[in-house]
Amino acid sequence: MGKRVLVIEDEPNITEAINFFLSRDGWEVFTHSNGHDALQAVARRAPDLLILDVMLPGKSGYEILRELRDTADWKHLPVLMLTARGQARDREMARAAGASRFMTKPFSNAEILEAVRELVDS
Amino acid sequence: MSTLNLLILVCMLYGLFLFLVAFVAERSARRGRARWLRSPIVYTLSLSIYCTAWTFYGAVGYAARSGMEYVTIYLGPTIVMVGWWWVLRKLVRVGRSQRVTSIADLISSRFGKSNLLAVGVTILAVVAATPYIALQLQSVTLSFASFADAVGQADQVSDERSTTAFWVAMGLALFTVLFGTRNLDANERHHGVVMAIAVEAVVKLTALMAVGIFVVWGLSGGVAETFARIDASPIGHWQMDGGRWAALTFLAGAAFICLPRMFQVLVVENADEAHLRTASWAFPGYLLLMSLFVVPIAVMGLERLPAGSNPDLFVLTLPLAEGQTALAIFSFLGGFSSATSMVVVASLALATMVSNHMVMPLWLLWSGGRASVSGDVRHVVLLARRLSIAGIVALGYIYYRISGGGEALAAIGLVSFAGVAQVLPVMIAGIYWRGATRIGALAGLTVGFGLWGYTLFLPSLGAGVILSQSILDNGFLGLVWLRPQALFGIEGIDPLVHAVFWSLLLNALTFFAVSLASFPSPLERLQGAQFVNVLQQAGSARSWSAGAAQAEDLMIMAQRILGAQEAQAFFEQEAARQAGRAVRAGALPEPGPDFLQRLERELSGSVGAATAHAMVAQIVGGASVSVHELLAVADETAQMIEYSDRLQAQSRELAATAAKLREANDKLTQLSVQKDAFLSQISHELRTPMTSIRAFSEILRDTRDVSPEEQKKYSSIIHDESVRLTRLLDDLLDLSVLENGQVNLNIRRGTLREALDKAVSAAVAGDESAKLQVNRVPEEEAQTLETDFDRLGQVFINLIANARKYCDAEVPELTIHAAAMSDGRVQVDFIDNGSGIPEESRDLIFEKFSRVAPQRAGGAGLGLSICRQIMERLGGSVDYVPSPRNAHFRVTLPMAESEGPAAHRKSLVTN
Repeated sequence: MGKRVLVIEDEPNITEAINFFLSRDGWEVFTHSNGHDALQAVARRAPDLLILDVMLPGKSGYEILRELRDTADWKHLPVLMLTARGQARDREMARAAGASRFMTKPFSNAEILEAVRELVDS
Repeated sequence: MSTLNLLILVCMLYGLFLFLVAFVAERSARRGRARWLRSPIVYTLSLSIYCTAWTFYGAVGYAARSGMEYVTIYLGPTIVMVGWWWVLRKLVRVGRSQRVTSIADLISSRFGKSNLLAVGVTILAVVAATPYIALQLQSVTLSFASFADAVGQADQVSDERSTTAFWVAMGLALFTVLFGTRNLDANERHHGVVMAIAVEAVVKLTALMAVGIFVVWGLSGGVAETFARIDASPIGHWQMDGGRWAALTFLAGAAFICLPRMFQVLVVENADEAHLRTASWAFPGYLLLMSLFVVPIAVMGLERLPAGSNPDLFVLTLPLAEGQTALAIFSFLGGFSSATSMVVVASLALATMVSNHMVMPLWLLWSGGRASVSGDVRHVVLLARRLSIAGIVALGYIYYRISGGGEALAAIGLVSFAGVAQVLPVMIAGIYWRGATRIGALAGLTVGFGLWGYTLFLPSLGAGVILSQSILDNGFLGLVWLRPQALFGIEGIDPLVHAVFWSLLLNALTFFAVSLASFPSPLERLQGAQFVNVLQQAGSARSWSAGAAQAEDLMIMAQRILGAQEAQAFFEQEAARQAGRAVRAGALPEPGPDFLQRLERELSGSVGAATAHAMVAQIVGGASVSVHELLAVADETAQMIEYSDRLQAQSRELAATAAKLREANDKLTQLSVQKDAFLSQISHELRTPMTSIRAFSEILRDTRDVSPEEQKKYSSIIHDESVRLTRLLDDLLDLSVLENGQVNLNIRRGTLREALDKAVSAAVAGDESAKLQVNRVPEEEAQTLETDFDRLGQVFINLIANARKYCDAEVPELTIHAAAMSDGRVQVDFIDNGSGIPEESRDLIFEKFSRVAPQRAGGAGLGLSICRQIMERLGGSVDYVPSPRNAHFRVTLPMAESEGPAAHRKSLVTN
């Protein structure tokens, strides 16, 4: 039984791609597509790692991350942030919100995989 | 040629000579070579008009009748010149600084420029001077007659006496008009007149001395013999009346200052204050020489000439009796000079007063506002002055004719002196006492002048002329204490002393008392300060005398201008400077001239020099504000107002510019924010499909054992996302073109139905599974349009596609209604049966990249932005019609002209 990864992403195609190569690599992948109940999804799935998009309907990725970090259980959950806005300001905001890693779309599948492994192992 | 004819010829030549002298002097002055004209000697000699014919002939007569008393006539002016020259200096200073034109002008100017006072003084002066002018005419006539008598040609002239006087009067008037009214400005002096009278002064002095020398050495046989004869004569034993002496001396001194003609030469014609210094010793010297031979001539006349001879003419008749015709003619010329110079200057001075204070005000009153409109009043003034001169000389002549040229005239000199002396208290107080008021001056002058007339002038005309003998004996209305020559019952005094004493005493007392009881007007205060402080203002008109300035008041004013702390600091610093050491806080400096000047300078930095001066002046009160300074204040104020107006305008402009800049900056900032947001949004919209494309192509490339189904699905995703990407780029370019206005419209005619048919079929074409039902009413769609049908179709497709994408009804339906409006437009409504757009989102839907429900949208959220741009280009609009449910969009656009010109295609570039 592999480690659990939760993907919160509103673009179904992107979710499907990530799901595909993480599953192939042996991860147990859960997906969620909006910001409203993202926290509940995290609580329900109790992932070892969270892949979080920034632009989500209902609640932004930054907000979700901040709320997670305020919760004792998820203070140290590795979070990989994905964003389609690649500006330095976005990177800064992600770090401030408590992201473990920040990656810009479009990404390389191999990089995601490597980052996921690193984050979970450390 | 007879002696008489010779005399007439000499007189005429002399007259011609005087005209020439005046002419040359006048011309030199005009050419600027007036240095010699302005020498102190000329000034001193011009003062000699004090010595009129009355002095020239009369002094000898006086001595013959009253002994040494004649000396008082010389003593008064001498005392004034030597002992009172500081009063003269102040008078001259005031006269020059105030540009005074006459004594009436001086008094009027001092007391708030009151014309009433000026008129009063003028009348007084004319009344007092007219008999005096008559006296001069009489002296000429008399001397001429006695000359004729002596040479036995009396029959030729006896009936022509008045004719002589007439011609002399005419000549004098002509001379005065010619040389006295060349110019108007009191500061442009009458060089011709002054020069002529200076020459006459020399003539009369040398003539009198020539006669004197002839008498002493020619007739008497030397100085010692002369003294012996004087001792033997009754003159040497004459008793002096102390009171009368004092009165006469005082009167002569007062007259020396107050006589209009003396004021004219002393003050008005004065070219340089320094001349006064020379005159203060030279003029007494001149008087001494004039008086030197009076007694010898009188003694010798009494001795040699037959009893009953008129002693007033001894100067003339003595040489004649001794057969010295040439000397007699010279002597005659001396007397002639004395008479003429007096008449010329007196008429000039009086004419200035009459024209300035009586004729001109009347003329201005009569002409109403025209004077100021017509501009050049110069001619009127000159004419007024010339007429006044003629009038005054004529008055003298008429007086002479009426009085009959009798002996009564001899007494006129002193009566006249006493009359003008009434001005003395007002004049002296005017320049030394700031408390003197106009009302006081008027009252004093009225009392003095009235008493003079009642006690001296009218009685001098003789009983029965105006005052009856009964009034003289029993007093006015039978009141004994009102007897003209024994007021208040005090009898036994010399009538002249009596009159001078009472008139001047009551004059001065009234003046003083009324001044104390009345309040001066602001202008009087101002002028009073100017007059009284004229010497302190010397040199720097802006220096201060340490008056009763209140340091506290100055402090309060300074605080108002400089600010409390600065003023405090300045005053403490000044106090420390004065004390020479540090002082405690709040110490005030002594308001000395030095401090006041520094304070003024300090203030002038804030409010301007003139204003500062005026403000300090208000508090110090020591020196007041001149009209010039007031004008300067006005100028400064005007400049400051103008400056501040300019500043205000500038600051308004600046504020407007700043507002515009701020607006522009806000706009730019907003645009920049919008641009950033736009770029960020585009980045997101582009990266999202690219992410899918990359991720799936990597999967397809790197992963083995991908099932054929998966392969197909993933390839489809890659394909769809590529299409999406392309559409996005198309939309962006479209929007960019539309927004820049560089859009080519393909206008043609067609019906609305045509456009809708196409759009509906295109919108549903791509999706066979579309459940959206479109309801239309084809009858409504018959309107003819003249527009770009492709663009309009684009809008319709977008609206229908939106309904398809977003309508959340169980069975989605879209109803399209069209209606022609009265304003020539057609309105097309697209109404679905979904839940509509949430209220908070309605404002956003037309913005770029706005999507109410992104996950279901295929586009990038540019659709409605593009629709709005297109409708604007087509002259219409697209709006969301708010309603509680149903999404309701309304497109409005113009219909084609009804006459429908032949369908024409045209391509136009809207801008």
